[in-house]
Amino acid sequence: MRGATHVKWAACAAAVALAATACGGGDSGGGGGGADGIVSSSWGDPQNPLEPANTNEVQGGKVLDMIFRGLKRYDPKTGEALNMLAEKIETKDNQNFTVTVKDGWTFSNGEKITAKSFVDAWNYGAALKNNQKNAYFFGYIDGYEDVHPESGKASATSLSGLKIVNDMTFTVKLSQKFSLWPDTLGYPAFAPLPKSFFTDHAGWLSKPVGNGPYTIEKYTKGSSMSLRKWDDYPGDDKAQNGGIDLKVYTDNNTAYTDLTAGNLDLVDDVPASQLKNVKSDLGDRYINTPAGIIQTLAFPFYDKQWDTPGGAKVRQGLSMAINREQITNQIFQKTRTPASDWTSPVLGADGGFKKGLCGKECTYDAAEAKKLIQEGGGIPGGQLKIAYNGDTGSHKEWVDAVCNSINKVMGNNRACVGAPIGTFADFRSQVSQQKLNGPWRAGWQMDYPLIQNFLQPVYYTNASSNDGKWSNQKFDDLVDKANAETDKAKAVSTFQDAERVMVEQMPVIPLWYQNGSAGYSENITDVSLNQFSVPVYEQIKVK
Amino acid sequence: MGRYVIRRLLQMIPVFFGTTLLIFLMVNVMGDPIAGLCGDRQCDPATAAQLRSEFGLDKPVWQQYLTYMGNVFTGDFGTAFNGQKVTELMGTAFPITIRLTLVAIFFEIVIGISLGVVTGLRRGRPVDTTVLILTLIVISIPTFVTGLLLQLLLGVQWGVIKPSVSPEAPLNELIIPGLVVASVSLAYVTRLTRTSIAENTRADYIRTATAKGLPRRRVVIRHLLRNSLIPVVTFIGTDVGALMGGAIVTERIFNIHGVGYQLYQGILRQNSQTVVGFVTILVLVFLAANLIVDLLYAVLDPRIRYA
Repeated sequence: MRGATHVKWAACAAAVALAATACGGGDSGGGGGGADGIVSSSWGDPQNPLEPANTNEVQGGKVLDMIFRGLKRYDPKTGEALNMLAEKIETKDNQNFTVTVKDGWTFSNGEKITAKSFVDAWNYGAALKNNQKNAYFFGYIDGYEDVHPESGKASATSLSGLKIVNDMTFTVKLSQKFSLWPDTLGYPAFAPLPKSFFTDHAGWLSKPVGNGPYTIEKYTKGSSMSLRKWDDYPGDDKAQNGGIDLKVYTDNNTAYTDLTAGNLDLVDDVPASQLKNVKSDLGDRYINTPAGIIQTLAFPFYDKQWDTPGGAKVRQGLSMAINREQITNQIFQKTRTPASDWTSPVLGADGGFKKGLCGKECTYDAAEAKKLIQEGGGIPGGQLKIAYNGDTGSHKEWVDAVCNSINKVMGNNRACVGAPIGTFADFRSQVSQQKLNGPWRAGWQMDYPLIQNFLQPVYYTNASSNDGKWSNQKFDDLVDKANAETDKAKAVSTFQDAERVMVEQMPVIPLWYQNGSAGYSENITDVSLNQFSVPVYEQIKVK
Repeated sequence: MGRYVIRRLLQMIPVFFGTTLLIFLMVNVMGDPIAGLCGDRQCDPATAAQLRSEFGLDKPVWQQYLTYMGNVFTGDFGTAFNGQKVTELMGTAFPITIRLTLVAIFFEIVIGISLGVVTGLRRGRPVDTTVLILTLIVISIPTFVTGLLLQLLLGVQWGVIKPSVSPEAPLNELIIPGLVVASVSLAYVTRLTRTSIAENTRADYIRTATAKGLPRRRVVIRHLLRNSLIPVVTFIGTDVGALMGGAIVTERIFNIHGVGYQLYQGILRQNSQTVVGFVTILVLVFLAANLIVDLLYAVLDPRIRYA
């Protein structure tokens, strides 16, 4: 009879366990309401260790945005760079800057923030031996080549352009004139760091300490992070809620399901497959606002086939052969806006965004498109192969749609095809090693809301992200001129003149501006996304 | 027996090295993992070069493999790109997946074998036909459909469970995911047991046992079931490894941060350290499970003895 009793016991255990789940369901993560309420939000596992100068993707950036404040901060609504920890940043020649740090700021561990907190952090970020992926942000500072040479060993350990004057003041010498440089200081890479970062690095990484409106209470790598309001935060953007619980999701579809089931308050990336239902599921609690991201088609100028005198006409023709309006409506459910320049609407008209700057060259016109492509000598090699990575981001759908549009214009079903590459890493390595000989999907997410950031790093000769190796003297000269301009309005309009060179040459085809999307539960209000498509967490209120 | 175990253990060595080498090569031909670390922009060449040398990616593949294996034997599985030790990742992922696997195996044994016994003893009756059709349905529906459906119905519509499993993955939250993971194997276990039981009911020893006047329950459990379980045990044994490695889809759906999730993440980011490390452990699990199955034969059927 022994066997029988075992089976019986097991069946009972199963029944008990099932009953236990039934009881276990339904309780949500939230604590009390009001100013102490906790917001639960979806998160992705950060790709890099959480260090200000080493975080270059949204998931890690999200946390840095909550626990750090730098010299400047971008207004979440307008994108304007406002002084945060900076008392003032002065310059006479646009190359030598004097930075005065505001008194009265501390890190959440009580340590006072001084000029040294910044200088040490920047030196750490720039030094080659620390492997910081955002090191190039310090590239404008004098002496960068010595601490971060292109190859070989560093000959210096600190940037010669940084000098501490007194406790609260330091000077910065740039290697070239750059009038908008102070406006770049809102980027998290420029955040100050406390002493514990340098003395106990591993300890700091397991529980980062910063100076923002939140402090990290608990961090379980790979699965969750609890951030709590820092009561003594000296800034005027104090948290309006008690804290944020970030939960890592294996799949954003599951996060969305959790939101609809009431287990989660905020999802800041609505999966593409749910876009059709999101209005009926969430109604007004769905946000779809522009972010500083533009998507483009880039061309290989290192390939002789593409660098021809008639090439510009072919590229203009291809641009006109893409029906942006239709694709953004049907494939993206209006979460993209057809692009008509090379920047982003989040810059605003004053910041350099100019709707329609690209003009007819970025407007669908089948007849003209075909004519231009033929005049320019046709598609090199007879067929356009658009390379993309097949693993993430559902790029296949839109690449196929773009190809359909081009094929229709050309009256040839094989004029354009998609060329998928297995993984993102492989795709990026082929792009960066100049192995592609056709166009590829490209994109640019801004680091800071400046027109300079949309143009110089991507299209300037030999710039860090100029993957297609496009080079144009006239464009370079205009960018240099714009950077030297003292007057911001003048600088912006000179940058736009540089963009007009791009209309003539069409080095990359602008496709669309990407929006940030988010959905939230009935428990919370005042949810918005900033220009980086990151939720403005400190403003969220819990009912 | 002892010699048999030793021979089996020795056989594991080439299998172990072969599989890890294959995985290592496969991950390596996918291209430069550092290129994917900087998003849609190019990593600055100096930093990239330094990262490459730090992860040993600038050396020839055979050298990377040797260094890696050398480290593995000292218990060092390398570091993932986010700065975490792979052993640390394993420490959080494996307990969760093992728990999920145990839940799945539990369902396979309890539900699968009982259904198999019931149908095997009532061959051709309506119960048998119904269960056969049901198992056919379960086998033909992909697990992600079952998973998403159960998640939607139980999690969102009826609110019986939470649609996602919390990071600690307590046992009670793993019941539905476990059922989903087990579903297909469960159907096979039912069918295997049924056939085996149906065959053995006609065996001589069963007739003898019945003729001796033993109660029916004793005949079924001591004599019939014990002898019919050999193929089932083989199946469940090999399934342990398959369940652990194959839960990728289910783990994604229910937000379980287990082995499947880490493997998926590792493959997406081309993190060879994570992928190879996890697969190495999975290979070991497979090998061990197979060994245990073979040893269990002797326990179940004394006629099978290994010299």
